Amino acid sequence: MAKERMARPRKDQNVANRRKPNRSRAGDAFIYLMLGLTALVMVYPLVFAVAASLKPLDELFRFPPRLFPSNPTFDNFADLVVTMGQSWVPFGRYLSNTVLITLIGTAGHLVIASMAAFVLAKYDFPGSKAFFRLVVVALMFSGYVTGIPNYLVLTRLGLVDTSFAVILPAFAAPIGMFLMKQFMEGIPMALIESAKMDGASEMRVFWQIVMPNVKPAWLTLIIFSVQGLWNSKASTVIYSEARKTLTYALGQIQAGGIARTGQAAAVTVIMMLVPITIFILSESRILETMASSGIKE
Amino acid sequence: MSTMHKFLDLRRRTLSVKWYQARQMRVCYLFLLPFAALFLTFYILPMATSIRYSFTYYNILEPPRYIGLANYINLILQDDIFLISVKNTFIIAVITGPIGYILSFMFAWFINELPRWLRSVAVVIFYAPSIAGNAYFIFSIIFRGDVYGYLNSFLVRIGVIHSPILWLTDPKYMMPVVVMVLLWMSMGTGFLAFVAGLKGVDQAQYEAGYVDGIRNRWQELYYITLPNMRPMLLFGAVMSITAAFSVADQTMALCGYPSTDYAAHTVVTHLFDYGYTRFDMGYASAIATLLFLTMILANKAIQSMLRRLGT
Repeated sequence: MAKERMARPRKDQNVANRRKPNRSRAGDAFIYLMLGLTALVMVYPLVFAVAASLKPLDELFRFPPRLFPSNPTFDNFADLVVTMGQSWVPFGRYLSNTVLITLIGTAGHLVIASMAAFVLAKYDFPGSKAFFRLVVVALMFSGYVTGIPNYLVLTRLGLVDTSFAVILPAFAAPIGMFLMKQFMEGIPMALIESAKMDGASEMRVFWQIVMPNVKPAWLTLIIFSVQGLWNSKASTVIYSEARKTLTYALGQIQAGGIARTGQAAAVTVIMMLVPITIFILSESRILETMASSGIKE
Repeated sequence: MSTMHKFLDLRRRTLSVKWYQARQMRVCYLFLLPFAALFLTFYILPMATSIRYSFTYYNILEPPRYIGLANYINLILQDDIFLISVKNTFIIAVITGPIGYILSFMFAWFINELPRWLRSVAVVIFYAPSIAGNAYFIFSIIFRGDVYGYLNSFLVRIGVIHSPILWLTDPKYMMPVVVMVLLWMSMGTGFLAFVAGLKGVDQAQYEAGYVDGIRNRWQELYYITLPNMRPMLLFGAVMSITAAFSVADQTMALCGYPSTDYAAHTVVTHLFDYGYTRFDMGYASAIATLLFLTMILANKAIQSMLRRLGT
C-alpha cells in the first residue's frame, strides 16, 4: 500500500516530462501568461504586507508611496513587542492559551475523527450512510450560522468562558472527518480482514494497520485543524481577558488606527507566516489526501 | 458423528458468526460514539435549536415565547436593512461564488500543465491568500481614503482623479472593493481539491483519448477531465457556497461595522447585529435559518447541474 503511493509520483513525472501530442504552442503560451499575471496579482498584497511591516513610520506615509522600503527596519516588530508588554494581561498568556487550544483541539480531533472515519469508511452498519450524509450537510454550517445556538448549548453545558468552548467543538469538525473518511476508503479491506484473521482486535487494527497507512491524511487533518484553531478569535464564547486567544489580542493591536499602521502590518505578517509555512512544509502530503476528497454520489 | 450432532454444530457456528457480526457492529458504534456525540451536540443540536428559536421571541433573559412566523414576516416585510443585506449577500455570492469556483478550477487546470517543481510553487502562491489569517487587512492600507493610500496616490499622480476617493467609506465603491478582495481569497480548499484531483486522473484515459482523436486540450477537458473530476467539483461547490454566503469578516474589517448606509451589510453582519448587539435571539435565528436553507438549495441546484456534466 505504502509502496504503491511512493511509486506514483515518479510515473507521473515521466508523463509530465513528455510533451503531450495535442497541445498547441499558442495555448501553452496563453496559459503561462495567464498564470504569470494572476500569480503577480495574488502575491502582490502579501508582498505589500511584508514590505509595509519593514517600513519606518515616515515611509509609511510618504507621498508618493513606494512598494519597497528604502530604509528597511524591524522597528515595527520592536514596537509591537513594546505594545504587547503594556497589555493588561501578560502577553505570553494569550500565546499559551492559543497554543494550548490548538494542541489539545488538534490531537483530540485527530483521534476522535479518525476513529469515526474508520468505521464509516470500512463497515456498513445501520445508520452509517445517513450519518455520513449529515456530516456532508454540516460542511455547509459556517460558524456564523450556528454561532448563537452554539453559545446557548455551551452555556447549558457550563463551558462558556473556558477553553473547552473552543476545543470540544473542534474535536468534531466535519471537514477533518470527511477528508479522513474519503481517504480511508482507499485502504484494501483484505488488509483489515487478514489482521483480524490473525486475531487482532478492532482497536489494534485501527492503531496498527489503518492509522499508519493514512499518514498523509493525518497531516491534512492536522493542518486544517491547526489553521482553524490558530486563527480562532472565540471572542463570543470566552470573555475573561486571561483566557482570550492570540488572534483576539493581535486583532486589538491591529484595530489601533492610523498610528499603528506599521504594527498592524507586522501583526499581519506574523499571523500569515504560521499557516503558510505549515502549508509549504506539507504541501505534497496534503495534495495526496485532497485527491480523495471528492463527494461521491 | 450423528446428523443431530452435525446439526447442532452447524447451528452453534451460525450463532457464533452472528454473535461475531453483532459484536463487530457494536464495536462500530463504539468507535463512532465520541465523534457522533460531539458532532450532534455542537453542530446538529445548535442548528435544530436555531430553527426552533426562529419561531419564538427570545432575549436570553426571559424564557422563549412562541410567536409563530412573526420573525420571518417581519424580516421579509418590515426590515429594510435585512433586504439590503440580502441584496448585498446575493451580489457577493453570485459574483464571488461562481467566478471564484470557475477561477479555482481554471487555475488548478493550468497549474496541472506546469512542470512538477513550478507546480508546487504555483499552488502555494494561489492558495496562500485564503489561509493567510486576516491578511485581507492589508487592503485597508491599499484602499485608504486619504491621498497616502496606495491606489489614491497612484491615481492622483497619473492624473485620473484630482482628489482622493473614499474607497472604503463611500457606498458607491465599497461593494466592488469587497468583491475584489473576496475573489483574491477565493482559491481555498476547493482549489486544493481540484489540483489534487487533476493530478489523480488516470493517465491511461488520456492516452486512449489521443488514440481516439481528441484534438486539443479543450476537448480533452470536456470529454475526459471534467467527468473524472465530478466528485471534486461537488466538494468544491459545497466549499465555495459556504464561503460565498457567509461573508462577514472581510466587510467588517474593511468597511466597518456597520458600514456607511449599510452598503456593505451582509446577512451574517445583520445576524451579528440582532444576535450579539440587540440580543434578539429569535430574530437572529430566523436569519440563520433562512441563510442555511438558501445554502442547501444552492447546493442542490449545483449538484443537479454537475450531474449533467460531460454527458
